[in-house]
Amino acid sequence: MAVEPLLLLVTVAVYAAGAGAALVLGGRAGRAVVAACAVAGAASGMVLGARCLWGGVTPAFSASFLPLADLALRVDGLSAFFLVVIGLVGAAAAVYGFGYSAAYEGRYSLRLLGAMLNVLLLSLSVQVMADNALTFLLAWEAMSLAAYLMVLTEHDRPGTIAAARWYLAMTHVGFAALVAMFLLMSAGDLTTSFSAMRGASLTPGVRDAAFALALLGFGTKAGLVPLHVWLPMAHPVAPSHVSALMSGVVIKMGVYGVVRVVVDLLGGGPAWWGGLVLGLGTVSALLGVLYALMEHDLKRLLAFHSVENIGIIFIGIGAGLMFHSFGLPTLSALGLVGGLYHTINHACFKALLFFGAGSVLHAVGTRNMELMGGLITRMPRTAFFFLIGACAIAGLPPLNGFVSEWLVFQALLGGAAIPEPEVALIMPIAVAMLALTSGLAAACFVKAFGISFLAIPRSRQAEHAHEVAPSMQLGMAVLALPCIVLGLAPSFFVRLFGAAVPGAGRPAAELTFTLGLPLRVPGTVGEMSPPLLALGLAFGVLLILLGFRLAGIDRRPRVGDTWGCGRIGQTPRMEYTATAFAEPLRRVFAELYRPTKDLSIDFHPASKYFVQSIEYRSEIHPWFERVLYDPLVSLCQHLGAWARRLQGGSVHLYLMYMALALLVLLTVARWGR
Amino acid sequence: MSLFSKILRTGLATEPLSPEADEVVSLLHDVDARARRLFGRALAIREVDAGSCNGCELEISGLTGPVYDSERFGVHFVASPRHADMLLVTGPVTRNMAVPLLKTYEATPAPKLVVAVGDCARSCGVFQGSYAIAGSVDTIIPVDAFVDGCPPEPAQILRGILTAIGRR
Amino acid sequence: MIGYVVEVVQAALVLLLAPGLVGLVRAMKARLQNRRGAPVWQPYWELWKLFQKEVVISSNASWLFRAAPFVVFASTAAASFLVPVLAVPLPFDAVGDLLVVVYLLLLGTFFLSLAGLDPGSPFGGMGASREMTIAALAEPTLALAIFALALSAGSTNLGQIVARTMTDPASALSPGHLLAFIALFIVTLAETGRLPVDNPATHLELTMIHEAMVLEYSGRYLALIEWAAAVKLLIFFSLLGNLFVPVGVALALTPGTLALAVLSLLVKFVVLAGALALLETRIAKLRLFRVPELLSVSFVLALLAVTSSFLLK
Repeated sequence: MAVEPLLLLVTVAVYAAGAGAALVLGGRAGRAVVAACAVAGAASGMVLGARCLWGGVTPAFSASFLPLADLALRVDGLSAFFLVVIGLVGAAAAVYGFGYSAAYEGRYSLRLLGAMLNVLLLSLSVQVMADNALTFLLAWEAMSLAAYLMVLTEHDRPGTIAAARWYLAMTHVGFAALVAMFLLMSAGDLTTSFSAMRGASLTPGVRDAAFALALLGFGTKAGLVPLHVWLPMAHPVAPSHVSALMSGVVIKMGVYGVVRVVVDLLGGGPAWWGGLVLGLGTVSALLGVLYALMEHDLKRLLAFHSVENIGIIFIGIGAGLMFHSFGLPTLSALGLVGGLYHTINHACFKALLFFGAGSVLHAVGTRNMELMGGLITRMPRTAFFFLIGACAIAGLPPLNGFVSEWLVFQALLGGAAIPEPEVALIMPIAVAMLALTSGLAAACFVKAFGISFLAIPRSRQAEHAHEVAPSMQLGMAVLALPCIVLGLAPSFFVRLFGAAVPGAGRPAAELTFTLGLPLRVPGTVGEMSPPLLALGLAFGVLLILLGFRLAGIDRRPRVGDTWGCGRIGQTPRMEYTATAFAEPLRRVFAELYRPTKDLSIDFHPASKYFVQSIEYRSEIHPWFERVLYDPLVSLCQHLGAWARRLQGGSVHLYLMYMALALLVLLTVARWGR
Repeated sequence: MSLFSKILRTGLATEPLSPEADEVVSLLHDVDARARRLFGRALAIREVDAGSCNGCELEISGLTGPVYDSERFGVHFVASPRHADMLLVTGPVTRNMAVPLLKTYEATPAPKLVVAVGDCARSCGVFQGSYAIAGSVDTIIPVDAFVDGCPPEPAQILRGILTAIGRR
Repeated sequence: MIGYVVEVVQAALVLLLAPGLVGLVRAMKARLQNRRGAPVWQPYWELWKLFQKEVVISSNASWLFRAAPFVVFASTAAASFLVPVLAVPLPFDAVGDLLVVVYLLLLGTFFLSLAGLDPGSPFGGMGASREMTIAALAEPTLALAIFALALSAGSTNLGQIVARTMTDPASALSPGHLLAFIALFIVTLAETGRLPVDNPATHLELTMIHEAMVLEYSGRYLALIEWAAAVKLLIFFSLLGNLFVPVGVALALTPGTLALAVLSLLVKFVVLAGALALLETRIAKLRLFRVPELLSVSFVLALLAVTSSFLLK
């Protein structure tokens, strides 16, 4: 018997057992069983994915245990890749969640949370393995609902229910789009297998419609601008390990969907498909980071960064699609691999950062950065892991964020190979915007780390903060490691992830496992070697230390007060705040932010030269929420008010509705024959 | 362009280092030789105004101008005591500046020197006995050299710097 | 083997020449102010002194404050191994391309900004905020200048760009190259903290950018940071000199060509330092909130450079 079906069976069974056990067991034992089952399921899922990715096998499974549901599963390179991502983040989140949810005991429903954790991971795994539309849609809906219930965990906090509702509404708009898309592509039969869809010949109009629906449906889940509004609301209010899962994995299902449907099932399309994806990616990346910069809520900041990173992933995918339409398979594969590489990277560092934010929230009791500070000495391990995540997301070498950004850059630089220069001009613009994004991301994480962890505590809670439980530290360590490994061995992983790209195969045939990452694609040649770079950096630091020792200038520093021009006493109010840190950029991009200013000064009644108090308030409202969503929401409310007339409260009326509906359906079915 | 032509027309304003030059230049020569020993020919100075009338500051800023050009001997002014080798303190130390002066002294890394510039710094000058005065500079921090004058000329300030360096 | 030797010699040259380059700019500026000024080697004395002085550290500072100077110096020194200074192609070209150089320098900036925030001093935070703002806004211009260069060379590999321009000297005068050169020159001013973006000689905390972040550093840590800043200036000068005007860069590793390379390098440095000194004498510092306009100019120039390379291909 092959190993793959066994692994699949173990994955499904363990997750199901975990979900069941969670409902029965409570307390510490319950949390332990939930975490153990989730870790076991994630591990076996990851092994399954890694085996398929490594060995290049594509096992197929089918099950029809429900009378109507023909479930079909198949693991190919792309599914295998996403299984690894799910496993990695899922296992870490389960470990972290064990410690994190301890604080929920007696306050919130741990049983539901634990059960939903396992259901979420199970539905995610099934979804990426789905081999027909029905399986995919069922898993998709299960995933969305499980995530919804988990977001609702802290239901009594202000804003939670509204955020969860936004999420539910948005995800169902997306779901409707996806159902329509699959119906279009499978000519009405949702049990058509994906391989049949690949071969289906659709008219260009239908293909365009399917592409547009895919972008709407998957873009909603991924959080592409302007469909991202739910993301910065729902992610912060969820428990931190759930935020990590949502940002790390759930929104990645949008990426999976686009690659699966647009690249794999539809097999690419005209150049404007790629151009649109690239453009949306660029806008998402830039707007995501710009709004993140203005955020002082640590988790909201991270949520906006998810929008940014999804943007970077879609830049890679869009470039891949564009190259594909111009018949440049190597460059196309490079773009897609860049996008996928960034997918796993973002899953690792964003989940790590959410864990870090969760630990801080746990210790300080607030998400407001202006009340943190000084945590690097009070929570040294959390601070260290958060710093690794911050460096990785800022794209600093030799960590993983740099590698994937480098790959995407190289793909965009290959734009010169596009025969039509007017079209190719989109590439340098994307390069510039990507560069601006990564620069702003670096600025934003100097703010996030510097204000939250460095200097002196800005509140009493921060002053009395303490390091978090070992299981939470372990969860962070589990994700910090791949941030480093994925950064150090890109030539190995690029080759591996090349197998995940549908159709095109590996990006460069001659790519072998070397220390460096050589790229030879039409239009651009690039080379770099993160391991040697890391070695050089480490060597440099050691050399300086050795030099100091040899020269005898390594005396211990004297400790004194911070230099403040001789002022007496230092209080946290003298420190630079997050608002102040972001102020220059707020002025530079004032056209976009359109901040409202509200300055009120109270004068002494005797003279206006004596000020009693000054109050300054400035807020930023993202304009697309105003321009795009406010009219939509009010339209929905109008429609709802109108539809309420149907609901008279009379049983007779309802009976008539049912009878009418049945009659209409039967007639339609009769005609449809 | 008119700026550059003026620069060309003016030529070097700095006093030349010829043997027959005046006292200032020979003094600068001396500073040069001793500073080399102690501070490797680079002396960073942090100016502290402890309550001066700014007369001394006017003269000190003359040091960095084109005529005296202290920079040619490696003497330059810095923005933070952390970067400094020498504190140049002016004025009688006012009550408000006593603690900041002490803090500046503490913030300066060793080896460090202090030169008190002007009559006020030595004896509080005309402000002696004022309720707002904490005392002369040497009552607050150890002083290596005093420069007399109200205000002292740049050449005298340089002599003070020299004396301070010579003491160590 | 000889390649590695040249590589090490080249990096050592970068590290050793860097303070001298800063001294050269200062000496030239002094002359333009009708002063005699400090000798060119004054920065070496300053570094030497700083290395021997005591270190004072704020009681609020964490380990990050102490680690940052090492990261800043090591990342800048690592970048100096990758930049074409004397000869191409060299073995370390494979370790990193132009993008790697840019991101290595960003690594240094990132840690220096964090270190600025660490002691909790308002000046440090102000410097960090401004430094990151300018670094972020300079990034797109840098990327586009890289794009323009990579477009004509077909590679981001630094050795390849230089070699390509040398085989086709006329391309150095193409509009794309010239525009990219000006764009990169403006970015150099911003990234290395020169006028009109930042005044390296300022004593007023409120106008500082780079200086405000390092106000808290002393002794050997300060020496490392100042040295790294000098190396950064030299790296940008070598990029400007050798990527756009690769005259004299050795293509073969013989003593003759290498000697010529050193000579031409020194000439380029003198010319660029002269240009910088003239510029710094002529113009005043911009208000901080006018700096983005300057950077937008450089961005538009770089975009035009890429467009013209595209359309005139």
